[in-house]
Amino acid sequence: MRLKMLGAVGVILLAAACTNPDRPDTAATGRAAPGSVAEFQQVVGDRVFFDLDSSQLRPDARETLTKQATWLKQYTNYAVTVEGHADERGTREYNLALGARRAQTISSYLAAQGLPATRMKTISYGKERPEVVGSDEGAWSRNRRGVTTLQ
Amino acid sequence: MSPRTTLRTLLTAVLALLIALPAAAELRLRITPGANPPPMPIAITDFVGDPAGAQISQVIAADLERSGLFRIVDKGAFIEKITDPNRAPRFADWRQIGADALVVGSANMTADGRLQVAFRLWDVAAGTQAAGLSYFTQPQHWRRVAHIIADQIFKTITGEEGFFDTRVVYVAESGPGNARVKRLAIMDQDGANNRFLTDGRSLVLTPRFSPTLQEIVYMSYQGGSPRVYIMNVDSARQELLGNFPGMTFAPRFSPDGNRVVMSLERDGNSDIYVMDVRSRSINRLTNHPAIDTSPSFSPEGDKIVFNSDRGGSQQIYVMSAGGGEPTRVSFGTGRYTTPVWSPRGDYIAFTKQDGGSFSIGVMRPDGSGERVLATSYLDEGPTWAPNGRYLMFFRQAPNARGQAGAVRLFMVDITGQNLRPVPTAGDASDPAWSPLIPQ
Repeated sequence: MRLKMLGAVGVILLAAACTNPDRPDTAATGRAAPGSVAEFQQVVGDRVFFDLDSSQLRPDARETLTKQATWLKQYTNYAVTVEGHADERGTREYNLALGARRAQTISSYLAAQGLPATRMKTISYGKERPEVVGSDEGAWSRNRRGVTTLQ
Repeated sequence: MSPRTTLRTLLTAVLALLIALPAAAELRLRITPGANPPPMPIAITDFVGDPAGAQISQVIAADLERSGLFRIVDKGAFIEKITDPNRAPRFADWRQIGADALVVGSANMTADGRLQVAFRLWDVAAGTQAAGLSYFTQPQHWRRVAHIIADQIFKTITGEEGFFDTRVVYVAESGPGNARVKRLAIMDQDGANNRFLTDGRSLVLTPRFSPTLQEIVYMSYQGGSPRVYIMNVDSARQELLGNFPGMTFAPRFSPDGNRVVMSLERDGNSDIYVMDVRSRSINRLTNHPAIDTSPSFSPEGDKIVFNSDRGGSQQIYVMSAGGGEPTRVSFGTGRYTTPVWSPRGDYIAFTKQDGGSFSIGVMRPDGSGERVLATSYLDEGPTWAPNGRYLMFFRQAPNARGQAGAVRLFMVDITGQNLRPVPTAGDASDPAWSPLIPQ
């Protein structure tokens, strides 16, 4: 819900900045316009996943974050909030701390790739906002995530 | 047991069994039938006079039954009908139906519009009065008087403080699992008089009562930043507790209510700090790259127990209240979190994660004598009753589709033998038990 709303804002920003008013609309074609939030989410990938009780970046996560940094350095009009999340198999307070650690790992990696720290904020949601509601490893592994959101 | 044994000695004996934990743990392991102390049969008659009297009796009976130490004698078995609670009952009639204790009372409106409630507790075996008190209150507060009387009966018979005239602040949950609406709510310990303290627009978590009762600390995402707030529960007025660049969370009051210990996150790392509530001055207590969270003061205020993964997995550590090198106290299998020091000082309650389940348990402050009291898919977040003999926590069971199901509050005593749900209107988590309400 939140991501969709942000996506809509991104599309409007793009339309306003766009030199070609006839550029196809994202939703109509299903293809994300360059520089759009939709492109960031669908083509670059807005999220990375973590192992159980870990905030170490896996190789696939580093690959995604490198692409994120490249994209964000190209489209400098976005501010970034990195959300850290945990699965439900931990206690509430520890998971808040774990989510913060995951978000920080991501923002540090993006900063190391040259993204100015001033463009980034972090927030932890612990286990409060699962992406997948479910009680198996399939759900948990999708919920142990860091999501880079654009403003 | 001699029929002449007085009420007091009988239930003192029962409670001695309850408190004799190493022995109880051994018995539990052997699963010997009869290991549980038998609940004391108690007859509670309808209080005579005002119609509120019968309701008061019901609340008293429900309180005492919930403690697990009493069995309420069926009213249908009563032989004597009490018409004058100031006269001695016919003890033989009560002995005959197996009642060891008898409660009689009256409720009457006074000329100035107050409700006067009086009760007597009779020791049936000894044929003597064990307690007798009279209270005046506004009529709408009749439930509170019932809880106060239940506490008096509990204390007279067990020698322990009761826990019935208390409230619970908790998080009322609604909505889908990936977009939960969470509101702070407060209710009496038996679920009555529920009211909401926040409107659900901001995510709120982990409320905790002040020992001074009117205030809670909790965490809220209002304004988009997760931080610790303090709220007066009577006025619902809230205030940010310190403005820090990072997240503040896991707050808990000191025993004197003057300080709040909590985690403060900076650049992804969570350490423990203590804040003076009035001056808002803050002291750092831990400085470690590991996660340090869920701090809780000892009742003397000289130590703090907390959760850290500094040793590689989540374990429980104790340090001086001024900081300094902590000592690890949890050494069992699994991960140990959310330590909470008993208000009596004799136990630390915790959440334990092991083998795919979550448990609530207690251990002595040095880590010895660990006992698990409740286990399920998710049992989390113990909070102590003010007498240090009962715990409340929340439990979430997966539903039939294997997804996270209803979240409910549960209560258990420190023997683990009296597990029961705490009624709430909807889903509920993060309970925090108040101290006894000052009279």
